[in-house]
Amino acid sequence: MAEVTRLHELTYEVKIGDVMTRQVITVEPRTTMAELRAILRDHRISGAPVLEGDALVGIVSVEDLIKALVAGEMGASVGEKMTRNPVTVRADESVVMAIKYFNRHGYGRFPVVDARGKLVGILTRGDIIRGLLRQLEEEYHREEALRYRVSHIFEELISDLTSITLRCRVEAQDFESAGDASSKIKRALSRLAVPPQIARRAAIVTYELEMNIIIHTTSGGEILAEIQPDRIIIRAVDTGPGIPDIEQAMQPGFSTAPDWVREMGFGAGVGLNNVKRCADEMLIESPNAQYTSVKVVIYLDHERRPAEKAA
Amino acid sequence: MKLGKIIEIVEGTPLFEFDLDQEIPCGGAADLMSDVLALVEPGAILLTGLCTPQVVRTAEMADIAGIIFVRGKQPMPETIALAREKGIPLVATALPMFEACGRLYQAGLRSCDISCRIPWRTAGDAEETDR
Repeated sequence: MAEVTRLHELTYEVKIGDVMTRQVITVEPRTTMAELRAILRDHRISGAPVLEGDALVGIVSVEDLIKALVAGEMGASVGEKMTRNPVTVRADESVVMAIKYFNRHGYGRFPVVDARGKLVGILTRGDIIRGLLRQLEEEYHREEALRYRVSHIFEELISDLTSITLRCRVEAQDFESAGDASSKIKRALSRLAVPPQIARRAAIVTYELEMNIIIHTTSGGEILAEIQPDRIIIRAVDTGPGIPDIEQAMQPGFSTAPDWVREMGFGAGVGLNNVKRCADEMLIESPNAQYTSVKVVIYLDHERRPAEKAA
Repeated sequence: MKLGKIIEIVEGTPLFEFDLDQEIPCGGAADLMSDVLALVEPGAILLTGLCTPQVVRTAEMADIAGIIFVRGKQPMPETIALAREKGIPLVATALPMFEACGRLYQAGLRSCDISCRIPWRTAGDAEETDR
Protein backbone atom coordinates (compact mmCIF):
# COMPACT_ATOMS: atom_id res chain seq x y z
CA MET A 1 0.00 0.00 0.00
CA ALA A 2 2.90 2.36 0.67
CA GLU A 3 3.61 2.77 -3.02
CA VAL A 4 0.05 3.65 -3.90
CA THR A 5 0.01 6.34 -1.26
CA ARG A 6 3.32 7.66 -2.58
CA LEU A 7 1.83 7.70 -6.07
CA HIS A 8 -1.08 9.74 -4.78
CA GLU A 9 1.29 12.20 -3.12
CA LEU A 10 3.28 12.49 -6.32
CA THR A 11 0.25 13.66 -8.27
CA TYR A 12 0.19 16.65 -5.91
CA GLU A 13 3.94 17.24 -5.82
CA VAL A 14 4.81 16.85 -9.48
CA LYS A 15 3.96 19.89 -11.58
CA ILE A 16 2.51 19.83 -15.08
CA GLY A 17 5.68 21.59 -16.27
CA ASP A 18 7.74 18.58 -15.09
CA VAL A 19 5.92 16.04 -17.22
CA MET A 20 4.67 17.97 -20.28
CA THR A 21 6.19 17.69 -23.73
CA ARG A 22 8.22 20.86 -24.27
CA GLN A 23 8.86 20.62 -27.98
CA VAL A 24 5.46 21.52 -29.31
CA ILE A 25 4.60 21.26 -32.96
CA THR A 26 2.42 24.31 -33.65
CA VAL A 27 0.59 25.59 -36.71
CA GLU A 28 -0.60 29.04 -37.78
CA PRO A 29 -4.16 30.12 -38.55
CA ARG A 30 -3.24 30.49 -42.22
CA THR A 31 -1.90 26.91 -42.47
CA THR A 32 -4.24 24.94 -44.78
CA MET A 33 -5.95 21.74 -43.68
CA ALA A 34 -3.99 19.90 -46.39
CA GLU A 35 -0.73 21.15 -44.87
CA LEU A 36 -2.00 20.22 -41.41
CA ARG A 37 -2.59 16.66 -42.59
CA ALA A 38 1.07 16.37 -43.65
CA ILE A 39 2.27 17.89 -40.36
CA LEU A 40 0.20 15.52 -38.20
CA ARG A 41 1.31 12.54 -40.28
CA ASP A 42 5.01 13.44 -40.33
CA HIS A 43 5.17 14.04 -36.58
CA ARG A 44 2.77 11.21 -35.71
CA ILE A 45 0.62 13.47 -33.57
CA SER A 46 -3.14 13.86 -33.45
CA GLY A 47 -3.49 17.59 -32.81
CA ALA A 48 -1.61 20.87 -32.54
CA PRO A 49 -2.00 24.27 -30.86
CA VAL A 50 -2.53 27.22 -33.23
CA LEU A 51 -0.29 30.25 -32.69
CA GLU A 52 -0.62 33.73 -34.12
CA GLY A 53 2.79 35.22 -33.48
CA ASP A 54 3.29 34.41 -29.80
CA ALA A 55 -0.38 34.21 -28.88
CA LEU A 56 -2.27 30.95 -28.52
CA VAL A 57 -5.47 31.41 -30.54
CA GLY A 58 -6.82 27.86 -30.93
CA ILE A 59 -6.25 24.13 -31.13
CA VAL A 60 -6.82 21.84 -34.08
CA SER A 61 -7.12 18.05 -33.98
CA VAL A 62 -7.25 15.08 -36.28
CA GLU A 63 -11.01 15.14 -35.69
CA ASP A 64 -11.25 18.61 -37.28
CA LEU A 65 -9.15 17.26 -40.12
CA ILE A 66 -11.52 14.35 -40.72
CA LYS A 67 -14.50 16.72 -40.75
CA ALA A 68 -12.77 18.93 -43.32
CA LEU A 69 -11.85 15.87 -45.38
CA VAL A 70 -15.46 14.64 -45.41
CA ALA A 71 -16.72 18.12 -46.34
CA GLY A 72 -14.09 18.40 -49.11
CA GLU A 73 -12.61 21.49 -47.48
CA MET A 74 -8.95 20.58 -47.35
CA GLY A 75 -8.09 23.97 -48.86
CA ALA A 76 -9.67 25.78 -45.90
CA SER A 77 -7.38 27.39 -43.34
CA VAL A 78 -6.76 26.04 -39.87
CA GLY A 79 -8.07 29.40 -38.57
CA GLU A 80 -11.55 28.52 -39.89
CA LYS A 81 -11.63 24.93 -38.61
CA MET A 82 -9.86 25.13 -35.26
CA THR A 83 -11.46 25.29 -31.80
CA ARG A 84 -11.04 28.86 -30.58
CA ASN A 85 -10.08 29.81 -27.01
CA PRO A 86 -8.94 26.32 -26.07
CA VAL A 87 -8.96 25.16 -22.45
CA THR A 88 -5.37 25.47 -21.20
CA VAL A 89 -3.53 24.31 -18.10
CA ARG A 90 -0.70 26.11 -16.33
CA ALA A 91 2.80 24.68 -16.03
CA ASP A 92 2.91 25.46 -12.29
CA GLU A 93 -0.30 23.51 -11.52
CA SER A 94 -0.10 20.04 -9.96
CA VAL A 95 -0.55 16.93 -12.05
CA VAL A 96 -3.59 16.07 -9.94
CA MET A 97 -5.37 19.13 -11.41
CA ALA A 98 -4.54 17.98 -14.93
CA ILE A 99 -6.04 14.55 -14.19
CA LYS A 100 -9.23 16.32 -13.09
CA TYR A 101 -9.31 18.40 -16.27
CA PHE A 102 -8.84 15.32 -18.46
CA ASN A 103 -11.69 13.55 -16.73
CA ARG A 104 -13.95 16.61 -16.82
CA HIS A 105 -13.40 17.72 -20.44
CA GLY A 106 -12.64 14.41 -22.14
CA TYR A 107 -10.03 16.11 -24.38
CA GLY A 108 -6.97 14.19 -25.53
CA ARG A 109 -4.52 17.05 -24.88
CA PHE A 110 -4.19 20.46 -23.27
CA PRO A 111 -1.86 23.31 -24.31
CA VAL A 112 0.30 24.29 -21.32
CA VAL A 113 0.88 28.00 -20.66
CA ASP A 114 3.06 29.94 -18.23
CA ALA A 115 1.84 32.61 -15.78
CA ARG A 116 1.71 35.18 -18.61
CA GLY A 117 -0.36 32.94 -20.87
CA LYS A 118 2.51 32.06 -23.22
CA LEU A 119 2.52 28.53 -24.69
CA VAL A 120 5.32 26.47 -23.10
CA GLY A 121 4.29 22.86 -23.80
CA ILE A 122 1.58 20.33 -24.45
CA LEU A 123 0.16 17.70 -22.12
CA THR A 124 -1.42 14.30 -22.87
CA ARG A 125 -2.42 11.54 -20.48
CA GLY A 126 0.59 9.61 -21.78
CA ASP A 127 2.90 12.45 -20.61
CA ILE A 128 1.42 12.19 -17.10
CA ILE A 129 1.80 8.40 -16.92
CA ARG A 130 5.38 8.53 -18.24
CA GLY A 131 6.28 11.41 -15.92
CA LEU A 132 4.94 9.75 -12.78
CA LEU A 133 6.56 6.41 -13.66
CA ARG A 134 9.89 8.16 -14.20
CA GLN A 135 9.59 9.89 -10.83
CA LEU A 136 8.78 6.60 -9.08
CA GLU A 137 11.69 4.92 -10.78
CA GLU A 138 14.12 7.62 -9.62
CA GLU A 139 12.84 7.34 -6.08
CA TYR A 140 13.12 3.58 -6.22
CA HIS A 141 16.79 3.81 -7.18
CA ARG A 142 17.42 6.28 -4.37
CA GLU A 143 15.76 3.88 -1.96
CA GLU A 144 17.82 0.98 -3.29
CA ALA A 145 20.96 2.97 -2.53
CA LEU A 146 19.79 3.38 1.03
CA ARG A 147 19.15 -0.37 1.17
CA TYR A 148 15.61 0.45 2.05
CA ARG A 149 13.10 -2.04 0.85
CA VAL A 150 9.38 -1.50 0.83
CA SER A 151 7.53 -4.67 0.30
CA HIS A 152 4.49 -6.14 1.88
CA ILE A 153 1.77 -7.61 -0.20
CA PHE A 154 2.29 -4.82 -2.61
CA GLU A 155 5.60 -4.71 -4.38
CA GLU A 156 7.01 -2.49 -6.99
CA LEU A 157 9.55 -3.95 -9.37
CA ILE A 158 11.18 -1.59 -11.77
CA SER A 159 12.81 -3.07 -14.84
CA ASP A 160 14.82 -1.33 -17.53
CA LEU A 161 11.55 -0.33 -19.14
CA THR A 162 9.77 2.52 -17.44
CA SER A 163 7.05 0.53 -15.77
CA ILE A 164 5.55 -0.30 -12.43
CA THR A 165 4.46 -3.74 -11.33
CA LEU A 166 1.87 -4.23 -8.64
CA ARG A 167 1.90 -7.67 -7.13
CA CYS A 168 -0.88 -9.10 -4.99
CA ARG A 169 -1.03 -12.48 -3.32
CA VAL A 170 -4.49 -14.10 -3.47
CA GLU A 171 -5.44 -16.78 -0.92
CA ALA A 172 -7.70 -19.71 -1.79
CA GLN A 173 -11.21 -19.59 -0.27
CA ASP A 174 -10.54 -16.16 1.20
CA PHE A 175 -13.82 -14.50 0.30
CA GLU A 176 -13.43 -11.87 2.96
CA SER A 177 -10.54 -10.15 1.18
CA ALA A 178 -11.92 -10.90 -2.28
CA GLY A 179 -11.60 -7.80 -4.41
CA ASP A 180 -8.73 -6.30 -2.40
CA ALA A 181 -6.16 -6.93 -5.11
CA SER A 182 -8.42 -5.51 -7.81
CA SER A 183 -9.31 -2.51 -5.70
CA LYS A 184 -5.64 -1.65 -5.13
CA ILE A 185 -4.81 -2.04 -8.79
CA LYS A 186 -7.76 0.10 -9.86
CA ARG A 187 -6.76 2.86 -7.44
CA ALA A 188 -3.17 2.81 -8.68
CA LEU A 189 -4.36 3.06 -12.28
CA SER A 190 -6.60 6.05 -11.69
CA ARG A 191 -3.79 7.82 -9.81
CA LEU A 192 -1.56 7.25 -12.82
CA ALA A 193 -4.10 9.13 -14.99
CA VAL A 194 -5.13 6.00 -16.87
CA PRO A 195 -8.46 6.89 -18.57
CA PRO A 196 -11.40 5.75 -16.37
CA GLN A 197 -12.90 3.39 -18.95
CA ILE A 198 -9.55 1.60 -19.29
CA ALA A 199 -9.07 1.43 -15.51
CA ARG A 200 -12.56 -0.09 -15.35
CA ARG A 201 -11.73 -2.78 -17.92
CA ALA A 202 -8.50 -3.61 -16.08
CA ALA A 203 -10.38 -3.77 -12.75
CA ILE A 204 -13.01 -6.14 -14.17
CA VAL A 205 -10.29 -8.42 -15.58
CA THR A 206 -8.39 -8.45 -12.29
CA TYR A 207 -11.53 -9.03 -10.25
CA GLU A 208 -12.71 -12.01 -12.32
CA LEU A 209 -9.22 -13.56 -12.23
CA GLU A 210 -8.95 -12.91 -8.50
CA MET A 211 -12.32 -14.63 -7.90
CA ASN A 212 -11.19 -17.59 -10.02
CA ILE A 213 -8.12 -18.07 -7.83
CA ILE A 214 -10.20 -17.78 -4.64
CA ILE A 215 -12.87 -20.20 -5.85
CA HIS A 216 -10.97 -22.82 -7.80
CA THR A 217 -7.46 -23.26 -6.39
CA THR A 218 -6.24 -25.30 -3.45
CA SER A 219 -3.52 -22.93 -2.31
CA GLY A 220 -4.07 -19.61 -3.99
CA GLY A 221 -1.94 -17.69 -6.45
CA GLU A 222 -0.72 -14.31 -7.45
CA ILE A 223 -1.89 -11.40 -9.56
CA LEU A 224 0.60 -9.06 -11.18
CA ALA A 225 -0.35 -5.87 -12.95
CA GLU A 226 2.41 -4.27 -14.95
CA ILE A 227 1.73 -0.73 -16.08
CA GLN A 228 3.76 0.51 -19.01
CA PRO A 229 3.34 3.88 -20.71
CA ASP A 230 1.28 2.34 -23.51
CA ARG A 231 -0.29 -0.79 -22.02
CA ILE A 232 -1.35 -2.69 -18.92
CA ILE A 233 -0.32 -6.34 -18.65
CA ILE A 234 -2.23 -8.40 -16.09
CA ARG A 235 -0.99 -11.86 -15.14
CA ALA A 236 -2.74 -14.32 -12.87
CA VAL A 237 -0.80 -17.43 -11.96
CA ASP A 238 -2.05 -20.03 -9.50
CA THR A 239 -0.84 -23.24 -7.97
CA GLY A 240 -3.51 -25.51 -9.37
CA PRO A 241 -5.40 -27.65 -9.99
CA GLY A 242 -5.38 -26.56 -13.61
CA ILE A 243 -8.09 -26.58 -16.27
CA PRO A 244 -8.36 -29.90 -18.20
CA ASP A 245 -10.31 -28.38 -21.11
CA ILE A 246 -9.77 -24.66 -21.64
CA GLU A 247 -12.14 -24.47 -24.59
CA GLN A 248 -14.92 -25.85 -22.43
CA ALA A 249 -14.04 -23.46 -19.58
CA MET A 250 -14.40 -20.52 -21.98
CA GLN A 251 -17.98 -21.53 -22.90
CA PRO A 252 -20.45 -19.07 -21.37
CA GLY A 253 -22.38 -20.84 -18.65
CA PHE A 254 -19.87 -23.65 -18.09
CA SER A 255 -18.97 -23.73 -14.43
CA THR A 256 -17.50 -26.15 -11.92
CA ALA A 257 -18.20 -23.85 -8.96
CA PRO A 258 -19.92 -25.47 -5.96
CA ASP A 259 -23.40 -24.31 -4.91
CA TRP A 260 -22.23 -22.25 -1.95
CA VAL A 261 -20.10 -20.15 -4.28
CA ARG A 262 -23.09 -19.64 -6.56
CA GLU A 263 -25.11 -18.48 -3.61
CA MET A 264 -22.60 -15.68 -3.20
CA GLY A 265 -23.37 -14.51 -6.71
CA PHE A 266 -20.29 -16.03 -8.30
CA GLY A 267 -19.50 -19.11 -10.35
CA ALA A 268 -22.07 -18.41 -13.07
CA GLY A 269 -19.60 -19.52 -15.73
CA VAL A 270 -19.19 -16.21 -17.54
CA GLY A 271 -16.08 -14.95 -15.74
CA LEU A 272 -13.52 -15.90 -18.37
CA ASN A 273 -15.81 -14.46 -21.03
CA ASN A 274 -15.89 -11.19 -19.13
CA VAL A 275 -12.10 -11.24 -19.03
CA LYS A 276 -11.92 -11.85 -22.77
CA ARG A 277 -14.42 -9.08 -23.48
CA CYS A 278 -12.38 -6.51 -21.58
CA ALA A 279 -9.01 -7.64 -22.92
CA ASP A 280 -7.26 -6.54 -26.10
CA GLU A 281 -5.18 -9.72 -25.93
CA MET A 282 -5.71 -12.79 -23.77
CA LEU A 283 -3.65 -15.94 -23.36
CA ILE A 284 -4.75 -18.74 -21.07
CA GLU A 285 -2.61 -21.78 -20.41
CA SER A 286 -2.87 -24.79 -18.19
CA PRO A 287 0.08 -27.11 -18.88
CA ASN A 288 -0.99 -30.71 -18.18
CA ALA A 289 -3.83 -29.24 -16.13
CA GLN A 290 -1.29 -28.67 -13.32
CA TYR A 291 -1.90 -24.98 -12.80
CA THR A 292 -3.41 -22.05 -14.68
CA SER A 293 -1.74 -18.95 -16.06
CA VAL A 294 -3.70 -16.12 -17.65
CA LYS A 295 -2.10 -13.15 -19.38
CA VAL A 296 -4.15 -10.17 -20.48
CA VAL A 297 -3.00 -7.06 -22.33
CA ILE A 298 -5.02 -3.84 -22.42
CA TYR A 299 -3.69 -1.00 -24.57
CA LEU A 300 -3.91 2.56 -23.25
CA ASP A 301 -3.71 4.03 -26.70
CA HIS A 302 -6.73 3.46 -28.94
CA GLU A 303 -4.60 3.52 -32.06
CA ARG A 304 -2.44 0.62 -30.88
CA ARG A 305 -5.42 -1.59 -30.27
CA PRO A 306 -5.47 -4.57 -32.64
CA ALA A 307 -7.58 -3.86 -35.74
CA GLU A 308 -10.40 -6.32 -35.08
CA LYS A 309 -11.08 -4.75 -31.68
CA ALA A 310 -10.86 -1.16 -32.89
CA ALA A 311 -13.49 -1.71 -35.58
CA MET B 1 -32.90 10.80 -13.04
CA LYS B 2 -31.85 12.05 -9.59
CA LEU B 3 -30.94 9.42 -7.01
CA GLY B 4 -33.46 10.98 -4.59
CA LYS B 5 -36.25 10.52 -7.14
CA ILE B 6 -35.26 6.87 -7.68
CA ILE B 7 -35.45 6.19 -3.93
CA GLU B 8 -38.88 7.84 -3.82
CA ILE B 9 -40.19 5.69 -6.72
CA VAL B 10 -39.09 2.38 -5.14
CA GLU B 11 -40.22 3.58 -1.67
CA GLY B 12 -36.67 2.91 -0.51
CA THR B 13 -34.70 3.75 2.62
CA PRO B 14 -31.15 5.09 2.38
CA LEU B 15 -28.89 2.94 4.60
CA PHE B 16 -26.64 5.88 5.42
CA GLU B 17 -26.31 9.53 4.43
CA PHE B 18 -25.28 10.35 0.86
CA ASP B 19 -25.88 12.88 -1.92
CA LEU B 20 -29.45 12.53 -3.21
CA ASP B 21 -28.88 15.00 -6.05
CA GLN B 22 -26.55 12.71 -7.94
CA GLU B 23 -27.72 12.19 -11.54
CA ILE B 24 -28.21 8.52 -12.53
CA PRO B 25 -28.22 7.84 -16.29
CA CYS B 26 -29.56 4.27 -16.25
CA GLY B 27 -30.25 1.14 -14.23
CA GLY B 28 -29.56 -2.57 -14.30
CA ALA B 29 -30.59 -5.62 -12.28
CA ALA B 30 -28.69 -8.86 -11.61
CA ASP B 31 -27.91 -11.30 -8.82
CA LEU B 32 -24.86 -12.76 -10.50
CA MET B 33 -21.81 -10.60 -10.05
CA SER B 34 -20.28 -11.57 -13.38
CA ASP B 35 -23.51 -10.44 -15.04
CA VAL B 36 -23.18 -7.10 -13.30
CA LEU B 37 -19.62 -6.77 -14.56
CA ALA B 38 -20.72 -7.72 -18.06
CA LEU B 39 -23.89 -5.68 -18.40
CA VAL B 40 -23.87 -2.56 -16.32
CA GLU B 41 -22.63 0.81 -17.57
CA PRO B 42 -20.50 3.12 -15.44
CA GLY B 43 -22.65 5.46 -13.34
CA ALA B 44 -25.65 3.11 -13.29
CA ILE B 45 -27.80 2.12 -10.32
CA LEU B 46 -27.83 -1.62 -9.58
CA LEU B 47 -30.85 -3.50 -8.26
CA THR B 48 -29.95 -6.81 -6.64
CA GLY B 49 -31.05 -9.45 -4.18
CA LEU B 50 -27.52 -10.24 -3.11
CA CYS B 51 -26.40 -8.61 0.15
CA THR B 52 -22.76 -9.69 0.60
CA PRO B 53 -19.81 -7.25 0.66
CA GLN B 54 -18.94 -8.64 -2.79
CA VAL B 55 -21.78 -6.59 -4.25
CA VAL B 56 -20.01 -3.43 -3.12
CA ARG B 57 -16.67 -4.70 -4.44
CA THR B 58 -18.30 -5.46 -7.76
CA ALA B 59 -19.87 -2.00 -7.83
CA GLU B 60 -16.47 -0.47 -7.15
CA MET B 61 -14.83 -2.32 -10.07
CA ALA B 62 -17.64 -1.52 -12.49
CA ASP B 63 -18.01 2.16 -11.44
CA ILE B 64 -21.60 1.61 -10.32
CA ALA B 65 -23.14 4.72 -8.71
CA GLY B 66 -25.42 3.05 -6.17
CA ILE B 67 -27.08 -0.20 -5.07
CA ILE B 68 -30.72 -0.97 -4.25
CA PHE B 69 -31.40 -4.16 -2.25
CA VAL B 70 -34.83 -5.55 -3.13
CA ARG B 71 -37.45 -7.63 -1.30
CA GLY B 72 -36.75 -6.17 2.13
CA LYS B 73 -33.32 -7.73 2.47
CA GLN B 74 -30.93 -6.10 4.90
CA PRO B 75 -27.28 -6.22 3.89
CA MET B 76 -24.67 -7.44 6.37
CA PRO B 77 -22.97 -4.76 8.52
CA GLU B 78 -19.68 -5.45 6.65
CA THR B 79 -21.45 -4.62 3.40
CA ILE B 80 -22.64 -1.28 4.75
CA ALA B 81 -19.23 -0.46 6.23
CA LEU B 82 -17.46 -1.16 2.94
CA ALA B 83 -19.98 0.90 0.94
CA ARG B 84 -19.55 3.83 3.33
CA GLU B 85 -15.79 3.61 2.92
CA LYS B 86 -16.04 3.50 -0.88
CA GLY B 87 -18.75 6.17 -1.05
CA ILE B 88 -21.25 3.94 -2.82
CA PRO B 89 -24.86 4.74 -1.77
CA LEU B 90 -26.97 1.81 -0.48
CA VAL B 91 -30.77 1.73 -0.46
CA ALA B 92 -33.19 -0.94 0.82
CA THR B 93 -36.69 -1.44 -0.57
CA ALA B 94 -39.47 -3.86 0.36
CA LEU B 95 -40.56 -4.17 -3.29
CA PRO B 96 -39.72 -7.38 -5.15
CA MET B 97 -37.14 -7.13 -7.95
CA PHE B 98 -39.69 -7.20 -10.78
CA GLU B 99 -41.80 -4.39 -9.39
CA ALA B 100 -38.84 -2.19 -8.37
CA CYS B 101 -37.41 -2.46 -11.90
CA GLY B 102 -40.82 -2.00 -13.51
CA ARG B 103 -41.58 1.18 -11.60
CA LEU B 104 -38.23 2.75 -12.47
CA TYR B 105 -38.48 1.78 -16.13
CA GLN B 106 -42.00 3.16 -16.33
CA ALA B 107 -40.82 6.41 -14.76
CA GLY B 108 -38.34 6.77 -17.63
CA LEU B 109 -35.09 5.35 -16.26
CA ARG B 110 -33.48 3.59 -19.19
CA SER B 111 -31.92 0.16 -19.12
CA CYS B 112 -28.16 0.06 -19.36
CA ASP B 113 -27.18 -2.79 -21.61
CA ILE B 114 -25.04 -0.97 -24.14
CA SER B 115 -22.00 -3.06 -23.42
CA CYS B 116 -23.93 -6.19 -24.29
CA ARG B 117 -24.49 -4.99 -27.81
CA ILE B 118 -21.00 -3.62 -28.37
CA PRO B 119 -19.18 -6.20 -26.27
CA TRP B 120 -15.84 -4.61 -25.40
CA ARG B 121 -17.01 -1.00 -25.43
CA THR B 122 -18.24 0.95 -22.46
CA ALA B 123 -20.21 4.16 -22.44
CA GLY B 124 -17.08 6.06 -21.44
CA ASP B 125 -15.34 5.03 -24.65
CA ALA B 126 -18.12 6.44 -26.77
CA GLU B 127 -18.07 9.76 -24.93
CA GLU B 128 -14.39 10.40 -25.10
CA THR B 129 -13.48 12.57 -28.02
CA ASP B 130 -9.94 13.02 -29.17
CA ARG B 131 -8.97 16.62 -29.39
